[in-house]
Amino acid sequence: MSASQRRDTRSERRHDTRLDLGRLFASLRGLVVKETRHVLRDRQTLAILLLMPLVQVLLYGFAIRTDVRGVNVAVVDPTPDAVTRALVLRVDGSVRHDVLDVFPTSDPLEQQFAAGRIRQAIVLPTDVSRRIARAEPLAVQVITDGSDPNAGSAMASYAEAIVRRWYAESVVAERGPAALRGGGSAQIAVETRMRFNPTMESANLFVPGLIALVLTIVSAMMTAIAITREKELGTMEMLLVSPLRPATIIVGKVVPYAVLGIMNIGIVLGAARVVFDVPVRGSIPLLLAQCALYVVTTLALGIVISTGARTQRTAMLAALGGLLLPTIMLSGFIFPIDSLPTPLKAISNIVPARWFLVIVRGIMLKGSGMSVLWQETLVLFGLTTALLAVGIRRLSVRLD
Amino acid sequence: MSDDPRPSAFSASTPAGAAGRDDAIVLHELSHAFGDVHALRDVSLRVHAGELFGVIGPDGAGKTTLFRIVTSLVVPSQGSAQVLGLDPVQDFRALRRRLGYMPGRFALYTDLSVLENLTFYATVFGTTIEQGMRIIEPIWRQLAPFSDRRAGALSGGMKQKLALCCALVHAPDLLVLDEPTTGVDAVSRVEFWELLGRLRDGGLTILVSTPYMDEAGRCDRVALMQEGRVLAIETPAAMAASYPLPLFAVRGHDRLAMLAALRASPHAESVWPFGEVLHYTDTRREVQPGALAREIGELLTTRGVRDVEVQPIAANVEDVFMRMAQTPHVAPGQERAA
Repeated sequence: MSASQRRDTRSERRHDTRLDLGRLFASLRGLVVKETRHVLRDRQTLAILLLMPLVQVLLYGFAIRTDVRGVNVAVVDPTPDAVTRALVLRVDGSVRHDVLDVFPTSDPLEQQFAAGRIRQAIVLPTDVSRRIARAEPLAVQVITDGSDPNAGSAMASYAEAIVRRWYAESVVAERGPAALRGGGSAQIAVETRMRFNPTMESANLFVPGLIALVLTIVSAMMTAIAITREKELGTMEMLLVSPLRPATIIVGKVVPYAVLGIMNIGIVLGAARVVFDVPVRGSIPLLLAQCALYVVTTLALGIVISTGARTQRTAMLAALGGLLLPTIMLSGFIFPIDSLPTPLKAISNIVPARWFLVIVRGIMLKGSGMSVLWQETLVLFGLTTALLAVGIRRLSVRLD
Repeated sequence: MSDDPRPSAFSASTPAGAAGRDDAIVLHELSHAFGDVHALRDVSLRVHAGELFGVIGPDGAGKTTLFRIVTSLVVPSQGSAQVLGLDPVQDFRALRRRLGYMPGRFALYTDLSVLENLTFYATVFGTTIEQGMRIIEPIWRQLAPFSDRRAGALSGGMKQKLALCCALVHAPDLLVLDEPTTGVDAVSRVEFWELLGRLRDGGLTILVSTPYMDEAGRCDRVALMQEGRVLAIETPAAMAASYPLPLFAVRGHDRLAMLAALRASPHAESVWPFGEVLHYTDTRREVQPGALAREIGELLTTRGVRDVEVQPIAANVEDVFMRMAQTPHVAPGQERAA
C-alpha cells in the first residue's frame, strides 16, 4: 500500500469516529465477550465461585443452627395455680423446651444461668389468674441465655409465642372468646431479656450476611483481581493506548462479575430456601433490586481497590483485609452493631454491608417495604455513588 | 551524514520543536523524572515519516519512558513532543486512534486463542480483522495455522508476531515497538526485522527500541541512549564510520591474560570482551593498522598467550556505543541534539 493510500484511509476513519455509539457498543461487546472467556476458561476459579455460596449456606446453616431443641427452662411462679400450671405444661410439652424447675422467686436464676443448668427462664408476676379474670395488665418476663445470639433470639421468640398463646387461651377460658376482641391481647406484656449479651440484635438469620459476604468476594475481589491482572500482564498499557475510554474498559470488565454476583445471590437464596426453608416475607422484586444495588456497590469497591493496587496479590490482600473483614465483623453479620465499641460502631456506618444487611433482613425476615427501608437504601445508594465517583476519578487515562 | 535518507529535515533553519512536513515524531528537550530518578534528560530527536527508527541502549537507558511519552501514556516532566502532528498530552485521544503500540511485554491474553486475541484487539480499536487483513496479511499467514491455539502455548517468536498483528490491525500511521525482540530466539529475531523492513517499505513509520546493538544495522537511523541521554543519532553506517581510532579483534587461548596485558598497554584506549574475542582500541591513529596488529600480537605472545590472532576490523554500533558510553559529554550526538 502506498503512502497516499494510507492517508486516505486515515481521513475516512477520522470522519466517521465522531460520537459513534455503534462502535462504542461493539467495543463494549468485545470487552464483555473477552472477559467472559477469561471467566469461563479459568474453570477452577469458576467452580469455586459458584460452589462457595452453596458451601457457605450449608456451613452457616448447620453450624449456626437457629433451630433450637431441648432448651432447659425454669419458671418463676410466686402464686402457683391451675392457670400457671397450664403454662408450665405447655412449655414443657413443646419440642423445644424442657421445664427443669418451678421456683417461687427469681433468686436462684442467677446461679442456675451461670452454672449453665438452664438457658431460659419465664418469670410470672403474682396473682396471675386474678389479673386475667379482672383483665388487668399482665407483665411476663422471658430471660434467655444470649451467648449464642442466633440460638438465643430463636429461643426467646419461641418462648414468647408460647406465653402469648397460653395467655390468649386463658383469657378465653376465664372470660369467653369475646374478651379477646378489642385489643384484649394488649393486656399482656412479654419482656424478653438476654443474659450475657443483653443488646443482642436479631442475628437470627445468616442469609442476608451471607449474600453480602459472597458478593464481596465475587464482585469486589474478583473485579479488583481481574483489573490488576491486566496491569500485571501489560495488556492495560495496550488498552490505554486504544481509543477506548478508561470507563468503557472498566464497564466491559465488570459486567461478567456482576452477572456472576447475581447468580450467586440466586444460589444463596435458593439453597437457603430448599435446605433450611428460609422464607422471603417481603417483596422479592424489591429484594432483587436491593441486591442489584449492592452488586454495583461491591463492583465499585473492586474498582477503587484496583485503581490503587499494582499487582493481583495486593488487590487480593486489600480485598480480604479491607473488605471481607469489615463485611464480616462490622456489618452486624456476626457481632451486633450495638455491642461494638464506639469507634468501631462509627466505622461500621461506612461499611456498605451494614446497611445492606438491615435492608435484606428487613425484607426477608420482617417483610418490610421501602416505606421502612428508604433511609438505609438512601445511605447505601449514597455510599455506592461516592465509591463509583472515587473509582472513576482515580481511573487514569495514562500510566501512573 | 551523506547517506542519511532525508538530510534536509535536520537543516538548522527548522525552528526547534516545530515539526517539518516529513517528521512523524519531534521531541524537543524532553526530560522525565520519577521522584529522584531521572529517566530522561534533555532528549531531542526527530523521526521522519516512513522511517524505521531504532532507539538502542541498555536496560535502564530510558527507552521505555521515551516510548510511553510518545504514545501518550506518560506526561513528560519537561519539554515538548509532537507525534503525527499532535501533542501527546493535549490531543492524546486523536493520537491514540492513529498509533500502533507493542509494549515491552507482549500484551497478549495467554488464556485466549490466537484468533480471540486478534479479534479482541480489533474490536478495541474499532475495526475488524477483515478490515485489518490487508495490513496484517503477511504476518497472519504464518499465524493462521495456530489460530485456535492459546496464546500462552505459542513460541516466543509466534507470540511476537501475534502481538505485532494486534498492534497493526487498525492500520496505524505510526508503529511503536518497545523491545519487540527481547527474549525471542535468533531466527525469529531476524524474521521479525525483515517484517519490520517490509512494513516500512509499505510506507509505515516505525519507532523501535532494542538492547541488542547488532540489530542497529536493520534501522534507517538509530539513536544511542544511555542513562536517559541520547548519545548520538545517525544512520548505522555513518555511526560505524565515525569511529575515530584503529580497532582490532583479538583472539587467543587466555582471554583474561590478554585483557590484563592490553589494558596495561600505554596505547590502549579501551579493551572490551565481545563474546569469544576482545575488541581493542588503540590511541595511535597515525600508525598503519597492519603494523599495530603485528605489534599487539608480539606483545601478547611475549606475555605467554598462545594462538594469538589480531585483526584490524571496522567498528560496529556497539563499539561506538561503548566508546560514547565511556565519555558521554564529547559524544557527537550532543552537538546535534542541542
